[in-house]
Amino acid sequence: MTRSFQTRIDAEQKIEPKDWMPEKYRQTLIRQISQHAHSEVIGEQPEGNWITRAPSLERKAILLAKVQDEAGHGLYLYAAAETLGITREELIDRLHTGASKYASIFNYPSLTWADVGAIGWLVDSAAIVNQVSLQNTSYGPYARAMVRICKEESFHQRQGYNIMMTLMQGNEQQRAMAQDALDRWWWPSLMMFGPHDGESAHSAQSMKWKIKRRSNDDLRQQYVDQAVQQALAIGLKVPDPALAWNEERGHYDFGDIDWEEFERVIKGNGPCNRQRLAHHVEAHAEGVWVREAMACYDKKRRSRRHDAA
Amino acid sequence: MTVNEAVKTYCLRLGDDALILGHRLSEWTSRAPFLEEDIALTNVALDFVGRARLFYQYAAELSGGDATEDTFAYTRDVREFSNLLICELPRGDFAFTIVRQFLFDSLALLFMEKLKHSDDSRLAGIAAKAEKEATYHVRRGREWMLRLGDGTNESHSRAQKAVDELWGYTNEMFEVDALAATLIEAGIAVDTEALRAPWFESVSEVLTEATLTVPDTDWAVEGGRRGIHTDDLGFLLAELQFMQRAYPGLRW
Repeated sequence: MTRSFQTRIDAEQKIEPKDWMPEKYRQTLIRQISQHAHSEVIGEQPEGNWITRAPSLERKAILLAKVQDEAGHGLYLYAAAETLGITREELIDRLHTGASKYASIFNYPSLTWADVGAIGWLVDSAAIVNQVSLQNTSYGPYARAMVRICKEESFHQRQGYNIMMTLMQGNEQQRAMAQDALDRWWWPSLMMFGPHDGESAHSAQSMKWKIKRRSNDDLRQQYVDQAVQQALAIGLKVPDPALAWNEERGHYDFGDIDWEEFERVIKGNGPCNRQRLAHHVEAHAEGVWVREAMACYDKKRRSRRHDAA
Repeated sequence: MTVNEAVKTYCLRLGDDALILGHRLSEWTSRAPFLEEDIALTNVALDFVGRARLFYQYAAELSGGDATEDTFAYTRDVREFSNLLICELPRGDFAFTIVRQFLFDSLALLFMEKLKHSDDSRLAGIAAKAEKEATYHVRRGREWMLRLGDGTNESHSRAQKAVDELWGYTNEMFEVDALAATLIEAGIAVDTEALRAPWFESVSEVLTEATLTVPDTDWAVEGGRRGIHTDDLGFLLAELQFMQRAYPGLRW
């Protein structure tokens, strides 16, 4: 069975929820899809905290729509994870106990309005690079969710970049605000692609199963090439002294990521880890009575209908 | 006051209601009881911000000069805001938010159905769009009222408490002052006094179905239309207007 499964994978056939799959394949997907879903949901916070302070009504409306989209992505992804035989409640429980992770970049604070631009531009760009490659992932529901999500993300990316561009066309204070945001978000955005290929714990098997289609370093390079050009186009300086165009490779060379910082934040020592999780735990706990009321009302309604019949 | 000035003031009232209530709704983003509801509340917040923009844009046109929608949202202080008090009360628990929306939206729907026929074609156009949204808001509100009122003991008591706490703020929604009276006379504004009975009827029906008690009380607070607000509005504006106050006159 394992062999015929791999044969299907090799033939680029999609695996569907009712198909047989190795238990490790299932668990790997649950881990990856739920981490992705949690990232969308936790990602509501750093941007969401600027909804009430957005500098114009148009920006407010765009940001509301964006954050609503992110929550919607979380919803598709939870639904995709649920096709693997796990409930949303279990997934949320794993998030709250720390058994399941979310993108570490959301553990950084969004201190100024420019951060909303930087998140939309950089974080969504990085997400797109990764997610475009996942449109061909071997698990059908995940691949289809990625197709839908990518369309919306590219819209968000343009909106984020537009915020940065507007700031760069503004006064000195605004340009400094934009540069400061890039300085703070640049390296964390590179970390979004994970460890170097050689050190990535799950990469080899995931590539074999075609859950993952391109390597971390490969995706990171594509992102850097693209983001550096965009930064230059609006007069921003990428905070990396080692950054240089390499004619021979046809790519930008860039400095090494501070992997200690990466580990530190993943392990819970980023500026906002505690707040991000506590915020979600608190909202979920405050919602208990509402979810109970819904369940109770539905039950009453069903039994009334039953009595009437 | 010219008719244009009166219509502008009227637009600002309706825009302020929508902006301030939309702000309170937007405070729920990432804090709702579950993800589907997070999306729904954010979506309704977006409807209200959109409605505010349409009224403010029209007010800006009527003002002439450099005024834009943002001038009204970001550079006026508490005394110049004319929203109804019910819109500015802090978001409270989920029951408070749902009940407030239900009470407000039930009137908004009746109101927009009338404003759609205003002799002022711009107001009529805005109302036609708002009516569609309000239809959805009221349907959603009714479903929630039933679930909360007729759900668990806890949800019932939270919903009843919210109804009781909000009831005295509903009277102001129907009051017709001199400015509104002039515009009603001119066929431009909606006679909200005339909507009091149909509103009461439809709201009572849902409350009763939800096993909630319609308050029998005569407390009634007013002041919003005259710029007399609760203490909460100043803090709301401090947050909403932070960027324009800290960095005046810039484009974002």
